Amino acid sequence: MRSLLWGAGVLAAFALLALTAPLYIGDADLNVVKVTGPQLSPPVAGYPLGTDQAGRSVLLLVIWGARESLAIGLIATALTVVLGSAVGLLAGHYQGALGKALMHVTDWFIALPSLPLAISLSAVLGQGAASITVAIAVTSWTATARLVRAQTLAVEARPFIERARVLGAGNTQVMLRHVLPNVLPLILVSSTLTVASAILSEATLTFLGLGDPTSVTWGSMLQAAFSGGAVTAGAWWYLLPPGVAILIVVLGFTLTGRAVEHLLDPRRAAHA
Amino acid sequence: MRGFGRHLAEKLAAAVVSFFVTLVIGFVIFSLMPADPVRTLTRGRPTSEAQLAQLRLQLGLDDPLWQRFLSFVGDTLRGELGYSWQFQQQVSTLVAERLGPTLLLMGTSAAISVALGLWLGMRSGWKQGSVFDRITSGASLTLWSVPTFWLGMILLVAFSIPGLLPAGGMSDPSLPGTDPLDVARHLVLPCLTMVLVIFAQYVTVMRSSIIDERGAAYLLTARAKGLADADVRRRHAAPNALLPSVTMIFMHLGTLVSGAITVEAVYSWPGLGYLTYQALKIPDLPLLQGTFIIFSASVIIMNLLADLAYRFLDPRVRAQ
Repeated sequence: MRSLLWGAGVLAAFALLALTAPLYIGDADLNVVKVTGPQLSPPVAGYPLGTDQAGRSVLLLVIWGARESLAIGLIATALTVVLGSAVGLLAGHYQGALGKALMHVTDWFIALPSLPLAISLSAVLGQGAASITVAIAVTSWTATARLVRAQTLAVEARPFIERARVLGAGNTQVMLRHVLPNVLPLILVSSTLTVASAILSEATLTFLGLGDPTSVTWGSMLQAAFSGGAVTAGAWWYLLPPGVAILIVVLGFTLTGRAVEHLLDPRRAAHA
Repeated sequence: MRGFGRHLAEKLAAAVVSFFVTLVIGFVIFSLMPADPVRTLTRGRPTSEAQLAQLRLQLGLDDPLWQRFLSFVGDTLRGELGYSWQFQQQVSTLVAERLGPTLLLMGTSAAISVALGLWLGMRSGWKQGSVFDRITSGASLTLWSVPTFWLGMILLVAFSIPGLLPAGGMSDPSLPGTDPLDVARHLVLPCLTMVLVIFAQYVTVMRSSIIDERGAAYLLTARAKGLADADVRRRHAAPNALLPSVTMIFMHLGTLVSGAITVEAVYSWPGLGYLTYQALKIPDLPLLQGTFIIFSASVIIMNLLADLAYRFLDPRVRAQ
């Protein structure tokens, strides 16, 4: 329970920061040409986390970066979950040739190394948030598909599905009206964990130079720091904040996801 | 043994199919999706339409799709992975050059993190809920949530800026030849980075399989015989708990190779991951395609080994 409160609390705080950021951060703080701070300076008065090469406040950049980092993480997760659930539902419902074929495709994708696949995809699709989002979804839908298929099989074995069929429900109705609502809670829980890995993937792909070079995300901050020589300059104040932000948010999603998983797991509930 | 032969044949066939699917996906990504490779290739250089057409003919881009796919599969099977735009060299030559450093980095990191992870997992699962367990689990969870490349940069600032350890590369270019000690010094930071991020998954698996074994009746027998707690753990519980972990270790070894991409990029470690990073900058599509195929093949091989190792190690499965 404690980890659930911690996880959810941290996430709520970050969401609030991200949503309210436009109220106190403007173009004058983010535009490389307009900023007036000292260049690559350690924390000083007015710049509690120091500045980057252009003289922008690292604190404001990290807050601003939360917006796109979280947005890409959430959108990529939504895509992943929709794709994975569709495949899982179909594979669980049509257990004949279609189901088998879908499971084969899933197994093939599981065997593919995800980072090289994501890199290749976004390199071919071109730099930018959209191609990163697609690359993340394409490489991470398999876990959801397997989970949903297993749950679909379990739900379809229950008598009420037979009852629905007797009453004349077709395939689509059984899947969408009867199976999906029963599988949905589990999908939502597992998607919390998917967000965690999506945010890590976003940071990794952006760091490798696949992101939009003009936008501010945690990954692009680290990429700019790395290619701009912040490591050689020993600019710890520039390197630490984005990474710590990623760590906290990923931990927040993981803790929340695991805690809810524990709550829903009847085996664990019996022990507690 | 006949059963084993048949099992082996089945698994080999599945691996071959997997590899074929990888080739199809590679072909779709690198040959069908890019709008016009010739344009990318000649970007920034003045090229006439005639030259473009000539280049298309040379690269075989005007051939029908199935013919291009067949020649791609044939080339790959012969070990010809194409010609790098950036290095003006055969991709297979580049890959062969970079394979050694990656294997060195991966091998060392894998050995250390497997040993560390299994040991920590065994200890913390045995005393579930103890202070040791809580610290180990907490540390693994935290380190798992850290982006690998970021940890690499932080370690660089902490150890290499003060001059304690070299900042990148595999050896000091000012030294004559390659000195194993010098390479080892260069290996410390990249290896440490990888270990810190990947040991957690071994902790998790070993911990949960030890927890599963803990209630088993044969442990009660062992205790009834008067064995000390540490002996029961080491000699009875651990070997059985290792089985599920072994499969997972092999499966992770395959993905480990790709985990090297960011670490090698941060430390300019001259391996396959760094090669991928260099290819991305252009982007050098034939080179990317080559590394994609190599990474995928390594995962397929590791999965095959995982399956065979499991059969070999578990007498119950072996006897079937």
